Amino acid sequence: MSSWAQTKDLVKMQSDLELVHLTKRYDVALAVDAISHRFKPGGYACLLGPSGCGKTSTLRMIAGHETVTEGAVILQGRDISLMPPARRGTAMMFQNYALFPHLNIVDNVAFSLKMRGISRTERHAKAAEILRLVDMEKYRDRFPNQLSGGQQQRVALARALITRPQVLLLDEPLSALDPFLRIRMRAEMKKLQTELGISFIHVTHSQEEALALADEIIVMNDAKIEQAGSAQEVFNAPKTEFVARFLGGHNVIEVPAGRVAIRRDAMRLVSQSDALIQAQIIAVEYQGIHVLLTAKLLGGQEVTILLSDRDFFASPSQPGEAVGLSWDQTAVHSLSA
Amino acid sequence: MGLTVSSRANMIGWLQAAPLALVLGGFLVVPVIMIVVVSFWGATEWSIYPAFLFDNYEFLFTSWVTYSVFLKTFKYAFITWVLTLCIGFTVAYFLAFHVRNLSWQIALFLLCTIPFWTSNIIRMISWIPFLGRNGIANQTLISWGVIDEPMEWLLFSDFSVILAFVHLYTLFMVVPIFNSMMRIDRSLLEAAVDGGASGLQTLWNVVIPLCKPGIMIGTIFVVTLVMGDFITVRFMSGSQSANVGRLISNDIGLLLYPSACATAVVLLCTVLIVIAIFLRLVDIRKEL
Repeated sequence: MSSWAQTKDLVKMQSDLELVHLTKRYDVALAVDAISHRFKPGGYACLLGPSGCGKTSTLRMIAGHETVTEGAVILQGRDISLMPPARRGTAMMFQNYALFPHLNIVDNVAFSLKMRGISRTERHAKAAEILRLVDMEKYRDRFPNQLSGGQQQRVALARALITRPQVLLLDEPLSALDPFLRIRMRAEMKKLQTELGISFIHVTHSQEEALALADEIIVMNDAKIEQAGSAQEVFNAPKTEFVARFLGGHNVIEVPAGRVAIRRDAMRLVSQSDALIQAQIIAVEYQGIHVLLTAKLLGGQEVTILLSDRDFFASPSQPGEAVGLSWDQTAVHSLSA
Repeated sequence: MGLTVSSRANMIGWLQAAPLALVLGGFLVVPVIMIVVVSFWGATEWSIYPAFLFDNYEFLFTSWVTYSVFLKTFKYAFITWVLTLCIGFTVAYFLAFHVRNLSWQIALFLLCTIPFWTSNIIRMISWIPFLGRNGIANQTLISWGVIDEPMEWLLFSDFSVILAFVHLYTLFMVVPIFNSMMRIDRSLLEAAVDGGASGLQTLWNVVIPLCKPGIMIGTIFVVTLVMGDFITVRFMSGSQSANVGRLISNDIGLLLYPSACATAVVLLCTVLIVIAIFLRLVDIRKEL
């Protein structure tokens, strides 16, 4: 464990990953369009976006499993975009884990050490150390098909970590798990990241997952970065309509000044005289902690209002009722596109 | 009620298994039993008669011809196996990993099977004008000045026998190995590269272990085909070389059925033992 602690300190100072005009073109299709971003060192970053937005291509270019068409991937000040994957200082955990079915757990984890010609006893000892870290050392002699999904995931993590990478790349690591296990494993991954202090870059299409895990969210759409920032920043103050809609929780409405996003729970029902805008309630849905109201504005736009159950039942409204809506000006975020 | 339902389900199960059982019983089990029975019969110059004699086996096991012929059969099988494995693996590897486009894969795969539209014997005989003393190979090499006199060993030799075997049976190696390779998840290869494996290391540590069942199925095909063959050896060696199949075929030609049966039984047992050894080495069940 002491060597891990040393690596941790070393890495915290140095793991500094930057993408510079990174571009990926397949024949004519543009998968990643000249994106530039500097990742926070030692942080948990999520690349978030719908399928086909270029997030996996970006990850695979960082890993070295996809050639870079243009631009550069810079880690600790050196351009790694032309290096073979194993020499980059990154390691990848694959979507379906890609464990070798013919090798037992300890040999799976020790694979990269074997490739480097490290002796059997030494590599098995190192593999056992990493397996202990993910709490899997008692399964060392099993084969991958004898493990559950969550256990396979831990082994895949161990295999990626054994090379002591500065950056761990995770391609939709939770998508193969059932919802219950997904929540448990994501807590474990966050814990592991904090313990090791190395950068994690995690590709996902689930905004819930990204919000729960990430120190930093990079929202991608259509081969470009829409917005990057801390989870709170990105959720709270979306800069584009896409981000507002993809992360959810916002109403996107047209006002004379242009399009704006307002959080659903930042809208209040007020008397018609105090209202910023008039609306008519169409539906009321009780959700326990919250009450979800759907209302139609005068122009025909629909908005969703999230009220706490206490606020709602203090003065309940019915579908069909005309109401006034109001919000604080600080809750309004104007959108660029 | 429950009993009748289950006995009826039982009945249906038996009926479903019956056609295959009848075919295998009638065309495999009964003939094999017949061969075993006849192998104990006696024979004179002009007749065979039912008996329970060990003469045939005694003659077989005390004759040095038997051992040399079996040795030759193993030699053919082994050399053919090595060559078909090398060629078959390479072809399958090329098809599975270098040809990325599925329609090209299918097209090239079908191309490999085209020779099978003609008969074995035609494919075999077509080598004769190529390899003969004044054949295309010798004439071309002489005209290029590579050799001064025709090479005698090209035709009617062990070389030509093995060449024909390899030509005939490589596809039996290609197909199962290709099938194994197509089942390898491509992300495993990426994971190997991510772990720092070179191309050769990936081949040795990932591809070959995962192809073992295919290699084993191909091996069983090739070894049983070569060990049971008699016509290729006869044609391509110009009747100058013998394997066990030819021993049997000669006995049949002389109407020595009991002796032929005894040889057949010994050959059958040998092949079964060889396959049993193979199956101990690799578990092919997951491939089936």
